Amino acid sequence: MNLKKLKSKFSARATLRGVFAIVIFLLIWEVGARSLDLFGYRVPFLGLIPPPTAVLDSWRGLIVDPSYWQSWYMSFLRVFAGFLAAMVIGIPLGLYMAINRTFYGIAFPSFEILRPIPPLAWVPASIIFWPTQELSIAFVTFLGAFYTIVINVLGGAKSINKQYLQAAQSMGASQRDIFRRIVLPATLPSIVVGSAVGMGITWEVVVAAEMISGGGSGGAGGGLGFFIWSSYVGGSYEQIIVGMISIGIAGFISSELLRQLGGFFTPWLKTR
Amino acid sequence: MSTEPLTTKRSNEIIATNVSKTFGAGPFAKEVIKDCSFTIESGKLTVMIGPSGCGKSSLIQLIAGFDQPTSGSITIGGRPITGPGKDRLVLFQESALFPWMTTWDNIMYGPRARGEEASSSAEQAEFLLKKVGLEEFRDKYPAQLSGGMQRRAELARAMINKPEVMILDEPFRGLDHMSKELMWEYYAGLYEEDRNTNFFVTTDIDEAIFLADRLLIMTNLPTSTRSVIEVDIPRPRNIEDIADNARANEIKTEVMTLLHEEAMKSFSGGSKAAADFLDAYSKRAG
Repeated sequence: MNLKKLKSKFSARATLRGVFAIVIFLLIWEVGARSLDLFGYRVPFLGLIPPPTAVLDSWRGLIVDPSYWQSWYMSFLRVFAGFLAAMVIGIPLGLYMAINRTFYGIAFPSFEILRPIPPLAWVPASIIFWPTQELSIAFVTFLGAFYTIVINVLGGAKSINKQYLQAAQSMGASQRDIFRRIVLPATLPSIVVGSAVGMGITWEVVVAAEMISGGGSGGAGGGLGFFIWSSYVGGSYEQIIVGMISIGIAGFISSELLRQLGGFFTPWLKTR
Repeated sequence: MSTEPLTTKRSNEIIATNVSKTFGAGPFAKEVIKDCSFTIESGKLTVMIGPSGCGKSSLIQLIAGFDQPTSGSITIGGRPITGPGKDRLVLFQESALFPWMTTWDNIMYGPRARGEEASSSAEQAEFLLKKVGLEEFRDKYPAQLSGGMQRRAELARAMINKPEVMILDEPFRGLDHMSKELMWEYYAGLYEEDRNTNFFVTTDIDEAIFLADRLLIMTNLPTSTRSVIEVDIPRPRNIEDIADNARANEIKTEVMTLLHEEAMKSFSGGSKAAADFLDAYSKRAG
């Protein structure tokens, strides 16, 4: 009980520290950005960018602008489509490589050669072989999460404690039961970790892909990446920063969702 | 399994005859078990004791059927052992409770995996849960249990499968001394209730003498049977009495002398370092 109190006290203090740090950071930024008016010269870096108050102002205007929310929607859609595809294909692939030696021998070398290729290096090729721009973006996004998920699932499933398998075997479990009730849950923590890392990479990739692909019509292009790019081209520096912070928030929301979902599927890890 | 009459217990004597096991091949071959013969008598608690690092765990892998001997044979009730089976259940050194299952689900794993009738096995699980004193911990995950509780949960998980032979590989290693003694009394009590065939491997002399009906003393690497001692101390035994028991002390001296000789052999041969090296090497090569 005492320990719990101490813990909550600590976490309250930690939250306070976090808020305090953000306030200080914003203050330095504000002063730095207004340094030309205040001190008569520009502070390096900060003197060149708009102050947070101006960014907030511009944001206030954007919040009521449906095209800004359309960018959010587009990016989220792409991230989740790519991510979901990576899960649907990556998890079974990783598991199958882990349990089938023949398939591992066939697939793993090719996989290891393809894995170091950065997803963005695939952009030109995917534009060539996918019929629409939207599909190219989705494909590149998919690649971002795919390798990480496969590697984590494979590693997790391969490093299962042999005694779990032997114990199940000696209690008369069938191969199918061992897969369903031992291999799968034992790999779940690795799946969760792989997904969390994969999700991070997906956001990196989708923003870059959107910048490259440009606006376009008929639903193609757009998204938060393109929002930043077009703000830059249009010379609206406040909007660039709004776009950057939006991506930060979007990434945080995705990770948090995933964390919650992961915790729901691996309740036994919380008890440690 | 339930159709057999319960009145006559089937013989499930385990006989190992000239068993050898070699890991690796060529210049890196390492003989772990050599020409090893012994009998695990039906309805008795046989304890195997030997210097640490001798091939006891390898021997368990063979008896459990997870691995095959290089030569020689092992039979259970006259039938050769060809693979793992639910007639033999192993309790491993480290807890092998499934971390993602609650105590209840762990205990129910065997019956569920074999698709047995839910209501009767639930009744059994309930009974065993009480017996090992974990009713209040049925919905806890293994990580929430103490070391001793984990071992008891594992005993229950094994017993629900009514194995003919229980094989225990240093199950109480790593527990503190108090919990260890409590587990000895506890486990001996369970054994005395139904006198099933039990095979218990340990490196702890006090544990061995307190628990055993028969004591198998093993040599250093490569393992074979050094000698067999009948521990003719009446049951139930208790920890305080056994410390003053003349027969127990006599056996203890004998076992210590034998084990000391075995330990010295490997020590003076200076082979421990070489053996460790080969062990590590053969694992990597394998």
